[in-house]
Amino acid sequence: MFSTDVVIGQDGALLTEKSKKMEFKWPEMGLTEIPDWIYTSPDIYQLEIEKIFHGDTWNFVALEAEIPKPGDFKRSFVGPTPVVVTRNVDGSLHVFENRCAHRGVEFCRQNLGNTKEFICPYHSWSYDLTGNLQGVPFKRGIKGEGGGMPRDFDNKNHGLRKLKVSVIHGVIFASFSVNIEDIRNYISSEILEEFEVVFKGRELDIHGYYRNELPGNWKLYHENLKDPYHATLLHSFLVTFGLMVAGSKNAMIADPLGRHGTLASAKPDNVASALDDNTKHEIRNFREDFKLSDERILDYIREFDSPWSVTMQTIWPNLIVQRELNTLGIRQIIPNGPHSQIMIWTMFGYKDDSEDMTRHRLRQANLMGPSGYLGVEDNEAIKFLQEGVRRSTSEVGVLKLDGSNTGSSNSVISESGIRGMYKYYRNLMGF
Amino acid sequence: MGERLDQKLAREMRFEIEEFHTEYCSILDRGALDEWPEFFAEDALYRITSRENADAGLRAGLVYAEGRSMIRDRAFTILNTQMFAPRYIQIFTSNVKVFDIIELGFQKNDEALIKSKTNYLLLQTLVDAPTTIHQSGRYYDTFVRKEGRLLIQERQCIYDSVLIANDLVYPV
Repeated sequence: MFSTDVVIGQDGALLTEKSKKMEFKWPEMGLTEIPDWIYTSPDIYQLEIEKIFHGDTWNFVALEAEIPKPGDFKRSFVGPTPVVVTRNVDGSLHVFENRCAHRGVEFCRQNLGNTKEFICPYHSWSYDLTGNLQGVPFKRGIKGEGGGMPRDFDNKNHGLRKLKVSVIHGVIFASFSVNIEDIRNYISSEILEEFEVVFKGRELDIHGYYRNELPGNWKLYHENLKDPYHATLLHSFLVTFGLMVAGSKNAMIADPLGRHGTLASAKPDNVASALDDNTKHEIRNFREDFKLSDERILDYIREFDSPWSVTMQTIWPNLIVQRELNTLGIRQIIPNGPHSQIMIWTMFGYKDDSEDMTRHRLRQANLMGPSGYLGVEDNEAIKFLQEGVRRSTSEVGVLKLDGSNTGSSNSVISESGIRGMYKYYRNLMGF
Repeated sequence: MGERLDQKLAREMRFEIEEFHTEYCSILDRGALDEWPEFFAEDALYRITSRENADAGLRAGLVYAEGRSMIRDRAFTILNTQMFAPRYIQIFTSNVKVFDIIELGFQKNDEALIKSKTNYLLLQTLVDAPTTIHQSGRYYDTFVRKEGRLLIQERQCIYDSVLIANDLVYPV
């Protein structure tokens, strides 16, 4: 269901401390307790848009492979704000707000396309591919009747609001901030390592898109991918068919600030021997008798120079890079109020893939997305969590696994990645 | 195609396809997913994808199964490994249009490939939420008729409801 279909537990249904006007004070326990109000408060949400998505961050907006030719454009988002990403006639990339400088019309309605200019449908103001105002109809009025713009009206002062743009290995980022640091520093060397495994030096072949509304706070998706603990417990498919096992080689790698992360695991060659009896017992859903009829979905073709068969990267604040065996994709998070996020998945392979490899990636994509063997479970769990924090009387979540460590960890039974993110978040938000 | 197609034959075939949809949707509505693979030919292709992808010629599927074995694994996974909130579904089909009937055997109408299009509507009811239109789409089907029985050779479920409400658990 969409978040707008909520019938039981609508905002205001529960008059506890959570919905009263309150001061936002983090629990005294520090990072081992997460207050519910960071997921439910409209005030916090507004502050996040201002300080995070519109602040000093690089936000993913497009892949170069989506707009390869001059005149190509893509409709995208920075936080909840609609933007357009273009490739100019000279090949340069531009990002500007999808809001006519005249009356505020969101003029671009097509997800992908090619054009020479953008014309607002309301009063036909036109803009070039870099966002400059080109023409205003009847700018000088009508002969004999007057009207028109004042003499001092200068097109140069009425272009679209432009964002700063950076490209790294074909991945396009934009920022509202003028003081934002260099993209390589921003992503950090720790995270760049696996990012380059996916993107460096290979041309992408777009396989398609999935779009879904996820009725949960946007931060929960970051948490989910900084939480290796859930992977083997929620996703019994991973364990049953040996794709990820507690006790095999796994890691949570964070950048020094704790905002980005790489959740990595190496698939064991033989799952039955990799799991001891105690582990099998702990994982309630493990069933040795389960078999797939077509096991090709589990195949890992070693095509990458990396010790990991799976890496899930969270790049603050709106990008997920997915390399699950040979199925590749990115997910763009669009925050949509405290209780909701829109997620756009772009699935891809490489231009030099053989037909067999492309089909392998397409088959393996059944693991991911809003119908994925794993994807469904994350979406459901995050929705349940949002409903829980929205309706209950308790006020904090507990994050005590692996003590009070923050950031990187080699154990899957750890919440240090989530604590690391909230250490950064608290500092940024000022609480 | 259209002008060559025997209208009487197309009408009979439409009726047969409607009967097929009734049986097919009935097992999905009941959640009897273990019976679902039996509607497909051994080397069938089954894909659910957005109209956005289909129109752009993009190959990704929300669900993408090459062969009945993969279809069986999808059913098995939903029934045995996946975690999701309980839900009821109902699929309504209508507007069946037969495009083409290609005779394969000597006996008329015995072995044939039939291409058709059918509109579908998927209603979903979560136990604590209103019934919603979860997906509005079209089946682009190729049926194979063997020994008097229709099987799906290819089913492309192309949905207009591009923005999915959280997820799509059961197949359509």
